[in-house]
Amino acid sequence: MASAPENQKTIELVNQNLAKRYRAEKRFRAYGIASIGFGLLCLLFLFTDIIGKGHTAFLTTYVKLNVELSTDALDIYDVNDPQQIAGADYQGVLKKALRERFPEVTGRRDKRALYGIVSSGAGFEIRTLIEQQPELLNTTLDLWVLADDDYDTYYKSRSSDEGAYTGRFNEKQISWIETLIADGAVEKRLNTTFFNAGDSREPEQAGIRGAIMGSLFTLLVTLALSFPIGVASAVYLEEYAKKNKFTDFIEVNINNLAAVPSIIFGLLGLAIFINFFEMPRSIPLVGGFVLTLMTLPTIIISSRAAIKAVPPSIREAAMGIGASKMQVILHHVLPLAMPGMLTGAIIGMAQALGETAPLLMIGMVAFIVDVPGSISDPSTVLPVQIFLWSDSPERAFVEKTSAAIMVLLGFLIIMNTLAVWLRKRLERRW
Amino acid sequence: MSRPAQTQENTVKKTLMIATVAATAMSAQFATAARDYISIVGSSTVYPFATVVAERFGKSTNYKTPKIESTGSGGGMKLFCQGVGVAHPDITNASRRIKSTEFEMCQENGVKDIVEVLIGYDGIVIGNSSAAKQMTITRRDLFLALAKKVPNPNGSETLVENPYKTWKDVNPALPANKIEVLGPPPTSGTRDAFQELALEGGCKTFSWIKAMKKKDKKAYKKVCRTVREDGPYIEAGENDNLIVQKLNANKNALGIFGFSFLDQNIDKIQGSLVDGQKPTFESIADGSYPVSRPLYFYVKKGHIDTIPGMKEYLTEFTSEKAFGEEGYLSEKGMIPLGKGERSKVAGDVKTLKNLAL
Repeated sequence: MASAPENQKTIELVNQNLAKRYRAEKRFRAYGIASIGFGLLCLLFLFTDIIGKGHTAFLTTYVKLNVELSTDALDIYDVNDPQQIAGADYQGVLKKALRERFPEVTGRRDKRALYGIVSSGAGFEIRTLIEQQPELLNTTLDLWVLADDDYDTYYKSRSSDEGAYTGRFNEKQISWIETLIADGAVEKRLNTTFFNAGDSREPEQAGIRGAIMGSLFTLLVTLALSFPIGVASAVYLEEYAKKNKFTDFIEVNINNLAAVPSIIFGLLGLAIFINFFEMPRSIPLVGGFVLTLMTLPTIIISSRAAIKAVPPSIREAAMGIGASKMQVILHHVLPLAMPGMLTGAIIGMAQALGETAPLLMIGMVAFIVDVPGSISDPSTVLPVQIFLWSDSPERAFVEKTSAAIMVLLGFLIIMNTLAVWLRKRLERRW
Repeated sequence: MSRPAQTQENTVKKTLMIATVAATAMSAQFATAARDYISIVGSSTVYPFATVVAERFGKSTNYKTPKIESTGSGGGMKLFCQGVGVAHPDITNASRRIKSTEFEMCQENGVKDIVEVLIGYDGIVIGNSSAAKQMTITRRDLFLALAKKVPNPNGSETLVENPYKTWKDVNPALPANKIEVLGPPPTSGTRDAFQELALEGGCKTFSWIKAMKKKDKKAYKKVCRTVREDGPYIEAGENDNLIVQKLNANKNALGIFGFSFLDQNIDKIQGSLVDGQKPTFESIADGSYPVSRPLYFYVKKGHIDTIPGMKEYLTEFTSEKAFGEEGYLSEKGMIPLGKGERSKVAGDVKTLKNLAL
């Protein structure tokens, strides 16, 4: 037992260092926890800021007015003529209702300010109402109409700690709205306009439907093109291509493309699709083409990884019972690799959903009111809408911007959860 | 064994063929299809006003709402002057007048007939947080505080690198705060206008520099319009809202932004008096506030008959209810033209008077 004293020494040495090593271990763990904590803190800050600013946008202010819908005031002399119903002066009857509500207001300037209480789009709401229920003509009734954005912001910020937003109001305007509030003629309702309308320069009439439809069409084009192309290239590169300098070269290039800044793809799209093929600017089809170029590398790389993960024994077994190469791929390799490929595709799509830079070049950063109905109608996408609103001078767009960010984040979270779920659900282990 | 493979091969071939045919058909369709909406590009300063007109136009007529891209004045001109045809925009907005080089580019590319429409003015505000003291400055102070090279403080007629660190150094009447000005980057039209109107305006007050203009115009422009790059001028991006937010956070800083942003945030920020004039709607409209600029748009005459609604859009824009004294554009912060100017513009639009430089 010559080594016994030596053993003793080792243990002593270990014991001496033990406390220090434990401390080092603890520190190491603490670094990790600190990083995660920092990340979570940033996320928390981001979410509270966005939700704090944006949650008010889901409600909007309505004002109750006693409106006389007489055909005289509306300038309609033939009730059965839809042309006349459509072109009647609905804003005019609202103005009249306001004048009657505040008879003390005289003078051109003050009257103009008074008319500003209701949104300039409120007349269109009444038009829709009359078109649906023509029997309401020649009646006088209490109508809730959309308030202007300044009054909306004022009403929402009334009870806040910072004090109400009085912005451009003078004392008269404040007294009008306070009178209406005291009468119970002002209330907040669910903002359906925000989900049903396209863009608008009046914050109370602006909605994200146009942007959501634009995003949807763009992503459809992107998915329809990038998934088949990406999977086909991955299958060829993994299953058929010989390993030589040329395939190495292709592989390096695909990996490089995945890291190219997205604006470059926008410039490429501008040069090819718009300048060379003379396609129109601002349409989802071209947007989809450009985003396809951008997401292809992501999809190819993840599809190749998924195909590589299918064990060779499965291919050999299929070949062993006489399957052709194509049968092996279509019947065995692809189904088994599908979860991985789908995950890659969804992550690629989520990336494409959040992209604005390449779309700037092909004209999708634009003011578009009409909600697009097909892939060849001009449209914007969600992140572009956020960018445009954030740059608008009207104060009420601040909350709209944050609300649109919440919607975009919602979509991203859904897509990423779907990717995780698919992976968990369909994943196979060998 | 070979039969299924062959059918599959056939299917692949068929699919490829269909795809090719579809692609060709699609591009052919786009090439010949007429556009049924107006396409507008150009200045981000005019964008908030043009979009309001476009929206009202779309709602009140049977035409589609025009599509408006905010590309900046220069970028808009480039797209506008590329040629005539549905692939090119019909109208470009600009926060400055068309340059002769741009006009020539248009002519070369076949865009011969252009109608110029002056729509109103925009004031450039030098403002700070309402919590701070309101500043009273002159254009000369602005020039001395922000130019790259300034006249030697000892009074000799030479130029030195800008030595000033605080506003007090520039003018003893001003507070002893560090010079900190948040402003737009060189790509912005607001920056161009600020350099031309505020800096050059202050620069001209030195008679010996003004005399340079006759001898060497280039050198004069360089002296008068170059912004210092040693820190006091902070480029804060194109987003004016961001500048407004930063002013709230930093009480000592001044910011440069468009009048409509002051109008909307009057509870948080205040405009500085420039040459004794407060930036208000009235002072910009009557021209007494010195830092204001004209806003334009340019129309391609060749498109008026091919794109539906062009004439009506022009009429809507130049109607009293839009760009008039109490029109809806003035509510959005645009400063209207004088009465005489307005009727002249409306008349020129009616006759579609050609621009000649």
